[in-house]
Amino acid sequence: MEKQLLRITVNHQYHELYIEPKRLLVEVLRNELELTGTKRACSTGACCACSVILNGMAVKSCSVLAMQADECEVLTVESLAENGELTPLQKAFLDFGAFQCGFCTSGMLMSATAFLRETPKPTVDQIREALHGNLCRCTGYNSIIRAVKAVADGKYKGSSQ
Amino acid sequence: MIRDFVYFKAGTVKETLDLLDKYKDDYKIICGGQSLLILMRQGLVAPANLIDIKKVTELSYIEFDLKTGLKIGAATTHRDIEKSEIIKKHYPILVYMEENIASNQTRNWGTIGGNLCHGDPTGDPGPVFIALNALVKIADKKKERNLLLEDFFVDYFETALQDGELLLEIQIPIIAPLTAVAYEKFNIIQNDQGIVSAAVSITLTKDGDSCKDARIVLGGAASKPLRIKEAEQILMGKKLTDSLLKKAGEKASELADPVSDIHASETYRRYLAEVLTKRMVKKAWEQALTYMKR
Repeated sequence: MEKQLLRITVNHQYHELYIEPKRLLVEVLRNELELTGTKRACSTGACCACSVILNGMAVKSCSVLAMQADECEVLTVESLAENGELTPLQKAFLDFGAFQCGFCTSGMLMSATAFLRETPKPTVDQIREALHGNLCRCTGYNSIIRAVKAVADGKYKGSSQ
Repeated sequence: MIRDFVYFKAGTVKETLDLLDKYKDDYKIICGGQSLLILMRQGLVAPANLIDIKKVTELSYIEFDLKTGLKIGAATTHRDIEKSEIIKKHYPILVYMEENIASNQTRNWGTIGGNLCHGDPTGDPGPVFIALNALVKIADKKKERNLLLEDFFVDYFETALQDGELLLEIQIPIIAPLTAVAYEKFNIIQNDQGIVSAAVSITLTKDGDSCKDARIVLGGAASKPLRIKEAEQILMGKKLTDSLLKKAGEKASELADPVSDIHASETYRRYLAEVLTKRMVKKAWEQALTYMKR
């Protein structure tokens, strides 16, 4: 299969890569750019563990061809902490014990980050709606919702969400 | 594993139509790809050529006019429809339908045209748009044509699109006065696809006394979204009573043509068709009655 040029900005860094057009965004992030924080779980578009932020929107990186992200900006979980300083949401996830095995966490963080930028003062119901696609097989949902709500309520100061 | 294909990115409708014409024999169009990529990954669809229209921005728009109604470009995302103030004001049922289609992630990237062209009989927009009497605008390299959406769906995952044709636009007329539309799907997981769904539009007579016009459309109850005209006829000119609801529901159940699969048996789907028809006729009717009091 003939490789094609992909121009993509990931976590504020511009890349030019030659890839097979059948590569999914999650494959390019993990295999080409070695950003393995993004997890590939169900591969059927059902679990949202692979969520990243594409041009400001949460999307499933297993359900987007990498070539469709040409000239786009992608943020992965690696973009959140700066100089070792966690974002308020990451701190809240730790404090509230918002994960067990951790496999869904990067997807949860990216979905919640995109959501809080869109809806800075959400209700608990809005948080549940926004994250309903992100499955957690350890069923840690309540602690996740509580962590997002605590950040939305301004209980965590710091850099941007 | 996705099989190899040749990838083309179109920038305009004209470019797209040229590509479709050139590769007529074996292509698939991808826009959001939220349904297509699943099928490609499973090897169920393996096109030689993949034509990407995600960047054809001229197909992404929402326009409204009090005379001609609503026009939605085929590449408009679910999320853009759900957040549109115009749609919220004039077609609130579409906001409700969109919010319950899938996850935010899918709605952010997936498009309305892609959903319709996928031709899944359990899809949400089909029944609701048909209840709203929607038209679709289709083009190939040589000409454009309009088609009622109810004639667009042909069979399981099959539409009336011919080789070389592209869905351009969905058109929804102005909703008549004293008309309300209701939609509900029955599913196990929230925002999952419905096992059976029903979309119903009810128009009342001026005095609000009886039903002037009705449209009843089922999803997941046949090989395509199914309009139940005989159930609509039962309602015409009648007053809302429990026995009328029962008759319409039973007719919908009788004329549904569902299959048994892993999600539900045929019998259960018929039962759902009856219950949802009754509920949605009642809901739309009572909603339309509130428009009288304004």
